[in-house]
Amino acid sequence: MNITAIIINVIALAAILVAFKKDRELGIQSLKIAARSFIKILPMTLIIILLIGLLLGFIPPEQISRFVGEQSGFGGILLVGIVGAIMHIPAILSFPLAASFLESGASITAVAAFITTLTMIGTITLPLEIKELGKEIALLRNGMSFIIAIVIALMVGASMETIL
Amino acid sequence: MKTSNNILKDIYRDTAVLLIVVIIASGLLVTNPLKTEPVLSIFWNYLIEMMFILPAVMVIMGIFAVFVPDAMIEKYLGKYSGIKGMFTALFIGSLPTGPLYIAFPIASQLIEKGARVSCIIVFLSAWACLKIPQEMMEFQFLGGKFMLLRLFFTVMLVTLMGILIEKILQKKQ
Repeated sequence: MNITAIIINVIALAAILVAFKKDRELGIQSLKIAARSFIKILPMTLIIILLIGLLLGFIPPEQISRFVGEQSGFGGILLVGIVGAIMHIPAILSFPLAASFLESGASITAVAAFITTLTMIGTITLPLEIKELGKEIALLRNGMSFIIAIVIALMVGASMETIL
Repeated sequence: MKTSNNILKDIYRDTAVLLIVVIIASGLLVTNPLKTEPVLSIFWNYLIEMMFILPAVMVIMGIFAVFVPDAMIEKYLGKYSGIKGMFTALFIGSLPTGPLYIAFPIASQLIEKGARVSCIIVFLSAWACLKIPQEMMEFQFLGGKFMLLRLFFTVMLVTLMGILIEKILQKKQ
Protein backbone atom coordinates (compact mmCIF):
# COMPACT_ATOMS: atom_id res chain seq x y z
CA MET A 1 0.00 0.00 0.00
CA ASN A 2 1.52 3.34 -0.93
CA ILE A 3 1.22 6.82 0.55
CA THR A 4 -1.58 8.05 -1.73
CA ALA A 5 -3.77 5.09 -0.81
CA ILE A 6 -3.11 5.66 2.89
CA ILE A 7 -3.95 9.38 2.62
CA ILE A 8 -7.23 8.67 0.79
CA ASN A 9 -8.21 6.15 3.47
CA VAL A 10 -7.31 8.55 6.29
CA ILE A 11 -9.47 11.25 4.65
CA ALA A 12 -12.35 8.78 4.32
CA LEU A 13 -12.04 7.72 7.97
CA ALA A 14 -11.92 11.33 9.14
CA ALA A 15 -15.00 12.08 7.02
CA ILE A 16 -16.85 9.15 8.63
CA LEU A 17 -15.96 10.38 12.14
CA VAL A 18 -17.10 13.95 11.40
CA ALA A 19 -20.28 12.71 9.69
CA PHE A 20 -21.26 10.47 12.63
CA LYS A 21 -20.52 13.22 15.13
CA LYS A 22 -22.76 15.62 13.23
CA ASP A 23 -25.67 13.25 12.64
CA ARG A 24 -25.63 9.51 13.32
CA GLU A 25 -28.64 8.80 11.12
CA LEU A 26 -27.24 10.67 8.11
CA GLY A 27 -23.86 9.04 8.74
CA ILE A 28 -25.38 5.57 8.49
CA GLN A 29 -27.30 6.65 5.40
CA SER A 30 -24.13 7.85 3.66
CA LEU A 31 -22.30 4.60 4.41
CA LYS A 32 -25.24 2.72 2.90
CA ILE A 33 -24.99 4.86 -0.24
CA ALA A 34 -21.22 4.22 -0.33
CA ALA A 35 -21.75 0.45 -0.03
CA ARG A 36 -24.36 0.53 -2.78
CA SER A 37 -22.13 2.54 -5.14
CA PHE A 38 -19.24 0.19 -4.40
CA ILE A 39 -21.33 -2.86 -5.33
CA LYS A 40 -22.56 -1.03 -8.41
CA ILE A 41 -19.07 -0.20 -9.68
CA LEU A 42 -17.52 -3.57 -8.72
CA PRO A 43 -18.38 -5.63 -11.86
CA MET A 44 -17.14 -2.84 -14.15
CA THR A 45 -13.97 -2.53 -12.05
CA LEU A 46 -13.27 -6.26 -12.42
CA ILE A 47 -13.91 -6.06 -16.17
CA ILE A 48 -11.43 -3.21 -16.57
CA ILE A 49 -8.75 -4.90 -14.42
CA LEU A 50 -9.16 -8.16 -16.32
CA LEU A 51 -8.86 -6.31 -19.65
CA ILE A 52 -5.73 -4.55 -18.34
CA GLY A 53 -4.25 -7.96 -17.47
CA LEU A 54 -5.02 -9.32 -20.95
CA LEU A 55 -3.78 -6.15 -22.65
CA LEU A 56 -0.44 -6.10 -20.84
CA GLY A 57 -0.03 -9.87 -20.94
CA PHE A 58 -0.91 -10.54 -24.56
CA ILE A 59 -0.28 -7.51 -26.71
CA PRO A 60 3.41 -6.69 -27.07
CA PRO A 61 4.27 -3.04 -26.30
CA GLU A 62 5.68 -2.55 -29.82
CA GLN A 63 2.24 -3.31 -31.23
CA ILE A 64 0.47 -0.77 -29.03
CA SER A 65 3.09 1.89 -29.49
CA ARG A 66 2.79 1.54 -33.26
CA PHE A 67 -0.82 2.72 -32.99
CA VAL A 68 -0.70 5.11 -30.06
CA GLY A 69 2.98 5.54 -29.20
CA GLU A 70 5.38 8.40 -29.86
CA GLN A 71 5.84 7.51 -33.53
CA SER A 72 2.13 7.13 -34.32
CA GLY A 73 1.75 10.91 -34.57
CA PHE A 74 -1.41 12.96 -34.68
CA GLY A 75 -3.57 10.17 -36.12
CA GLY A 76 -2.92 7.96 -33.11
CA ILE A 77 -3.89 10.76 -30.72
CA LEU A 78 -7.14 11.43 -32.62
CA LEU A 79 -7.94 7.71 -32.58
CA VAL A 80 -7.48 7.43 -28.80
CA GLY A 81 -9.49 10.63 -28.33
CA ILE A 82 -12.41 9.18 -30.30
CA VAL A 83 -12.25 5.90 -28.34
CA GLY A 84 -12.32 7.90 -25.09
CA ALA A 85 -15.29 9.95 -26.28
CA ILE A 86 -17.34 6.86 -27.15
CA MET A 87 -16.39 4.70 -24.16
CA HIS A 88 -18.82 4.83 -21.27
CA ILE A 89 -17.04 3.84 -18.07
CA PRO A 90 -16.89 5.64 -14.71
CA ALA A 91 -14.20 8.32 -14.79
CA ILE A 92 -12.33 6.91 -11.81
CA LEU A 93 -11.75 3.68 -13.73
CA SER A 94 -10.17 5.54 -16.64
CA PHE A 95 -6.98 6.16 -14.65
CA PRO A 96 -5.86 2.55 -14.01
CA LEU A 97 -6.76 1.83 -17.64
CA ALA A 98 -4.72 4.81 -18.83
CA ALA A 99 -1.80 3.72 -16.62
CA SER A 100 -1.83 0.31 -18.32
CA PHE A 101 -1.78 1.99 -21.76
CA LEU A 102 1.25 3.97 -20.65
CA GLU A 103 2.92 0.83 -19.33
CA SER A 104 2.36 -0.88 -22.65
CA GLY A 105 3.93 1.80 -24.80
CA ALA A 106 1.29 4.48 -25.42
CA SER A 107 2.55 8.06 -25.46
CA ILE A 108 1.82 10.59 -22.68
CA THR A 109 -0.11 12.69 -25.21
CA ALA A 110 -2.33 9.78 -26.24
CA VAL A 111 -3.07 8.92 -22.60
CA ALA A 112 -3.92 12.54 -21.77
CA ALA A 113 -6.25 12.65 -24.79
CA PHE A 114 -7.95 9.44 -23.69
CA ILE A 115 -8.60 10.61 -20.12
CA THR A 116 -9.76 14.07 -21.16
CA THR A 117 -12.24 12.97 -23.84
CA LEU A 118 -13.47 10.10 -21.66
CA THR A 119 -14.31 12.39 -18.74
CA MET A 120 -15.57 15.46 -20.62
CA ILE A 121 -17.53 13.95 -23.50
CA GLY A 122 -20.55 11.73 -23.07
CA THR A 123 -21.76 10.18 -26.32
CA ILE A 124 -24.22 7.84 -24.59
CA THR A 125 -25.54 10.55 -22.29
CA LEU A 126 -25.82 13.07 -25.16
CA PRO A 127 -29.60 12.59 -25.64
CA LEU A 128 -30.09 13.35 -21.95
CA GLU A 129 -27.86 16.41 -22.19
CA ILE A 130 -29.80 17.67 -25.23
CA LYS A 131 -33.07 17.19 -23.36
CA GLU A 132 -31.88 19.12 -20.31
CA LEU A 133 -29.75 21.86 -21.88
CA GLY A 134 -30.96 22.08 -25.48
CA LYS A 135 -29.35 21.00 -28.74
CA GLU A 136 -27.12 24.05 -29.16
CA ILE A 137 -25.36 23.97 -25.79
CA ALA A 138 -25.05 20.18 -25.71
CA LEU A 139 -23.58 19.84 -29.21
CA LEU A 140 -21.30 22.87 -28.83
CA ARG A 141 -20.05 21.61 -25.47
CA ASN A 142 -19.30 18.08 -26.65
CA GLY A 143 -17.85 19.16 -30.00
CA MET A 144 -15.59 21.84 -28.59
CA SER A 145 -14.61 19.61 -25.69
CA PHE A 146 -13.19 17.17 -28.22
CA ILE A 147 -11.09 19.88 -29.84
CA ILE A 148 -9.78 21.28 -26.55
CA ALA A 149 -9.13 17.75 -25.25
CA ILE A 150 -6.75 17.19 -28.16
CA VAL A 151 -5.11 20.58 -27.51
CA ILE A 152 -4.79 19.79 -23.78
CA ALA A 153 -3.25 16.42 -24.62
CA LEU A 154 -0.68 17.98 -26.97
CA MET A 155 0.21 20.59 -24.33
CA VAL A 156 0.57 17.97 -21.58
CA GLY A 157 2.68 15.78 -23.85
CA ALA A 158 4.95 18.67 -24.83
CA SER A 159 5.43 19.99 -21.28
CA MET A 160 5.96 16.58 -19.64
CA GLU A 161 9.22 16.42 -21.58
CA THR A 162 10.37 20.00 -21.13
CA ILE A 163 9.35 20.90 -17.56
CA LEU A 164 11.68 19.39 -14.92
CA MET B 1 -32.42 10.35 -10.31
CA LYS B 2 -32.08 6.70 -11.16
CA THR B 3 -34.48 4.32 -9.47
CA SER B 4 -33.16 1.29 -7.58
CA ASN B 5 -34.67 -0.91 -10.30
CA ASN B 6 -32.49 0.74 -12.91
CA ILE B 7 -29.42 0.35 -10.72
CA LEU B 8 -30.14 -3.36 -10.36
CA LYS B 9 -30.47 -3.60 -14.13
CA ASP B 10 -27.07 -1.89 -14.54
CA ILE B 11 -25.47 -4.32 -12.10
CA TYR B 12 -26.97 -7.34 -13.91
CA ARG B 13 -25.80 -6.01 -17.27
CA ASP B 14 -22.26 -5.33 -16.02
CA THR B 15 -22.11 -8.74 -14.32
CA ALA B 16 -23.18 -10.43 -17.56
CA VAL B 17 -20.43 -8.58 -19.44
CA LEU B 18 -17.98 -9.56 -16.69
CA LEU B 19 -18.92 -13.23 -17.14
CA ILE B 20 -18.32 -12.99 -20.88
CA VAL B 21 -14.93 -11.34 -20.31
CA VAL B 22 -14.01 -14.03 -17.75
CA ILE B 23 -14.94 -16.78 -20.22
CA ILE B 24 -12.92 -15.16 -23.02
CA ALA B 25 -9.98 -14.62 -20.67
CA SER B 26 -10.08 -18.22 -19.44
CA GLY B 27 -10.15 -19.45 -23.03
CA LEU B 28 -7.17 -17.31 -23.94
CA LEU B 29 -5.20 -18.40 -20.87
CA VAL B 30 -5.96 -22.11 -21.34
CA THR B 31 -4.76 -21.98 -24.95
CA ASN B 32 -1.71 -19.86 -24.01
CA PRO B 33 -0.51 -21.34 -20.71
CA LEU B 34 2.72 -19.33 -20.85
CA LYS B 35 0.68 -16.11 -20.51
CA THR B 36 -1.26 -17.26 -17.44
CA GLU B 37 1.37 -16.21 -14.91
CA PRO B 38 1.96 -12.62 -16.21
CA VAL B 39 -1.76 -11.92 -16.84
CA LEU B 40 -2.82 -13.13 -13.38
CA SER B 41 -0.03 -11.27 -11.62
CA ILE B 42 -0.94 -8.01 -13.42
CA PHE B 43 -4.60 -8.68 -12.54
CA TRP B 44 -3.78 -9.16 -8.83
CA ASN B 45 -1.53 -6.09 -8.66
CA TYR B 46 -4.18 -3.82 -10.15
CA LEU B 47 -6.94 -5.48 -8.11
CA ILE B 48 -5.12 -4.94 -4.81
CA GLU B 49 -4.36 -1.32 -5.70
CA MET B 50 -8.01 -0.67 -6.62
CA MET B 51 -9.40 -2.39 -3.53
CA PHE B 52 -7.31 -0.18 -1.26
CA ILE B 53 -8.67 2.97 -2.87
CA LEU B 54 -12.17 2.36 -4.25
CA PRO B 55 -14.01 1.82 -0.92
CA ALA B 56 -12.52 5.03 0.51
CA VAL B 57 -13.48 6.98 -2.61
CA MET B 58 -17.05 5.63 -2.38
CA VAL B 59 -17.27 6.58 1.31
CA ILE B 60 -16.16 10.16 0.60
CA MET B 61 -18.72 10.46 -2.22
CA GLY B 62 -21.48 8.87 -0.13
CA ILE B 63 -20.96 11.23 2.80
CA PHE B 64 -20.90 14.16 0.44
CA ALA B 65 -24.10 13.11 -1.32
CA VAL B 66 -25.99 12.96 1.97
CA PHE B 67 -24.60 16.05 3.71
CA VAL B 68 -24.52 18.38 0.70
CA PRO B 69 -27.75 18.00 -1.28
CA ASP B 70 -28.13 19.18 -4.89
CA ALA B 71 -30.33 22.08 -3.81
CA MET B 72 -27.44 23.52 -1.79
CA ILE B 73 -25.09 23.28 -4.79
CA GLU B 74 -27.66 25.07 -6.92
CA LYS B 75 -28.05 27.84 -4.36
CA TYR B 76 -24.33 28.59 -4.18
CA LEU B 77 -23.80 28.41 -7.93
CA GLY B 78 -26.62 30.84 -8.62
CA LYS B 79 -25.25 33.33 -6.11
CA TYR B 80 -22.21 34.69 -7.93
CA SER B 81 -21.53 36.01 -11.41
CA GLY B 82 -18.51 37.10 -13.48
CA ILE B 83 -15.06 35.93 -12.41
CA LYS B 84 -16.35 35.04 -8.97
CA GLY B 85 -18.98 32.89 -10.67
CA MET B 86 -16.30 31.14 -12.72
CA PHE B 87 -14.30 30.28 -9.60
CA THR B 88 -17.41 29.13 -7.76
CA ALA B 89 -18.28 26.91 -10.75
CA LEU B 90 -14.77 25.44 -10.76
CA PHE B 91 -14.81 24.87 -7.02
CA ILE B 92 -18.28 23.31 -6.83
CA GLY B 93 -17.58 21.16 -9.87
CA SER B 94 -14.53 19.71 -8.11
CA LEU B 95 -16.53 18.49 -5.10
CA PRO B 96 -16.96 14.73 -4.73
CA THR B 97 -20.35 14.36 -6.40
CA GLY B 98 -21.68 11.75 -8.82
CA PRO B 99 -21.34 11.22 -12.59
CA LEU B 100 -21.81 13.99 -15.17
CA TYR B 101 -25.41 13.20 -16.10
CA ILE B 102 -26.46 14.18 -12.58
CA ALA B 103 -25.16 17.69 -13.29
CA PHE B 104 -27.37 18.22 -16.38
CA PRO B 105 -30.62 18.89 -14.51
CA ILE B 106 -28.77 21.16 -12.06
CA ALA B 107 -27.29 23.10 -14.99
CA SER B 108 -30.68 23.31 -16.66
CA GLN B 109 -32.24 24.78 -13.50
CA LEU B 110 -29.43 27.33 -13.32
CA ILE B 111 -29.92 28.41 -16.94
CA GLU B 112 -33.60 28.93 -16.27
CA LYS B 113 -32.68 31.09 -13.31
CA GLY B 114 -30.53 33.24 -15.58
CA ALA B 115 -27.01 31.94 -14.95
CA ARG B 116 -24.44 32.78 -17.63
CA VAL B 117 -23.72 30.12 -20.24
CA SER B 118 -19.96 30.48 -19.72
CA CYS B 119 -20.34 29.64 -16.02
CA ILE B 120 -22.54 26.65 -16.80
CA ILE B 121 -20.01 25.27 -19.29
CA VAL B 122 -17.18 25.72 -16.77
CA PHE B 123 -19.33 24.10 -14.10
CA LEU B 124 -20.12 21.06 -16.28
CA SER B 125 -16.50 20.67 -17.38
CA ALA B 126 -15.21 20.94 -13.81
CA TRP B 127 -17.83 18.40 -12.74
CA ALA B 128 -16.60 16.09 -15.49
CA CYS B 129 -12.87 16.29 -14.99
CA LEU B 130 -11.82 18.12 -11.82
CA LYS B 131 -13.46 15.91 -9.19
CA ILE B 132 -11.36 15.44 -6.07
CA PRO B 133 -11.84 11.62 -5.70
CA GLN B 134 -11.14 11.27 -9.41
CA GLU B 135 -7.94 13.27 -9.04
CA MET B 136 -6.83 11.04 -6.15
CA MET B 137 -7.02 8.14 -8.60
CA GLU B 138 -5.14 10.11 -11.26
CA PHE B 139 -2.41 10.96 -8.73
CA GLN B 140 -2.18 7.32 -7.69
CA PHE B 141 -2.00 5.82 -11.16
CA LEU B 142 -0.40 8.49 -13.33
CA GLY B 143 1.61 10.62 -10.90
CA GLY B 144 1.51 14.19 -9.62
CA LYS B 145 3.30 15.87 -12.51
CA PHE B 146 0.97 14.47 -15.17
CA MET B 147 -2.07 15.29 -13.02
CA LEU B 148 -1.04 18.91 -12.32
CA LEU B 149 -0.14 19.63 -15.95
CA ARG B 150 -3.37 18.14 -17.25
CA LEU B 151 -5.47 20.01 -14.68
CA PHE B 152 -3.70 23.30 -15.36
CA PHE B 153 -4.27 23.17 -19.12
CA THR B 154 -7.80 21.86 -18.63
CA VAL B 155 -8.83 24.79 -16.40
CA MET B 156 -7.36 27.28 -18.89
CA LEU B 157 -8.99 25.81 -21.98
CA VAL B 158 -12.31 25.01 -20.35
CA THR B 159 -12.67 28.64 -19.25
CA LEU B 160 -11.88 29.75 -22.79
CA MET B 161 -14.40 27.29 -24.20
CA GLY B 162 -17.09 28.61 -21.83
CA ILE B 163 -16.53 32.18 -22.95
CA LEU B 164 -16.46 31.14 -26.62
CA ILE B 165 -19.69 29.13 -26.45
CA GLU B 166 -21.41 32.04 -24.72
CA LYS B 167 -20.25 34.39 -27.50
CA ILE B 168 -21.46 32.00 -30.23
CA LEU B 169 -24.90 31.68 -28.63
CA GLN B 170 -25.19 35.46 -28.15
CA LYS B 171 -24.35 36.08 -31.80
CA LYS B 172 -27.03 33.67 -32.93
CA GLN B 173 -29.76 35.38 -30.95
